[in-house]
Amino acid sequence: MAVAVAESLHASELGGRTTKLIAIGTAAGLFSGLFGVGGGSVIVPLLVLWLGYGEREATATSLTAIIFIAAFAATVQGLYGNVRVLDAALVGVPAIGGVLLGTWLAQRVHVRVISLLFALVLVASAVELVLQ
Amino acid sequence: MIWLILIGVAAGVLSGLLGVGGGVLFVPALVIVVGLTQHEAEATSLLAIVPVAIVGAARQDRYGNVRRRDALLIGLFSLAGAAAGVAFANALSGAVLRDAFAALMILIALQLVRRTLRSGAPEHTAGKSA
Repeated sequence: MAVAVAESLHASELGGRTTKLIAIGTAAGLFSGLFGVGGGSVIVPLLVLWLGYGEREATATSLTAIIFIAAFAATVQGLYGNVRVLDAALVGVPAIGGVLLGTWLAQRVHVRVISLLFALVLVASAVELVLQ
Repeated sequence: MIWLILIGVAAGVLSGLLGVGGGVLFVPALVIVVGLTQHEAEATSLLAIVPVAIVGAARQDRYGNVRRRDALLIGLFSLAGAAAGVAFANALSGAVLRDAFAALMILIALQLVRRTLRSGAPEHTAGKSA
């Protein structure tokens, strides 16, 4: 796989496209490491803006990249002794069921209302977080 | 504990529905419900994101939406940034990091509203896990 990546790097326009991917990866890594999120908020808009992705491919590709980004960042945090594995399993395992349910629901419900509700939840949680 | 599981499911559902969720919900939940420090919550969130991203990405890959080479390159090139980001986070106090994270949540909320109003609705894809 390393050979395939190296070959494809050589074949592509090294000046343009790959530089952008390097920039996106670095920015997403910084974001992920700093905030403990996946980094999709950085990756998706940049894939659309800089590489002409459609939003569907952007979110799918971003999610794939996040596997590695979150794993790297989690490992480094682990070295600092900050990771609580049991708590991660308690939220992560149900979230797996959740993401399967969510993608199923996405075909059937009005996403717009949920989007706005979620935005409200985020604002409310942010306030609560600051009040801790 | 039951709250944690419910929030986990909710984060996953929202992730699958909206393309946002995951970490941005995990972190405050771990602080508010479990009582972890901001640093612990962020670190723990990152670990929790990995299996969710794997499942979501596998599903998206089956639909043919994943540009694998680009995803791998982005992932590989994130390493330096991730290490630097974690180091920076650990250099900040919990209070500062928490306030910065709250600001991030507001920004993501705004981004979400803008996306919704602009295009009618975000794409129904298994998420980007913020």
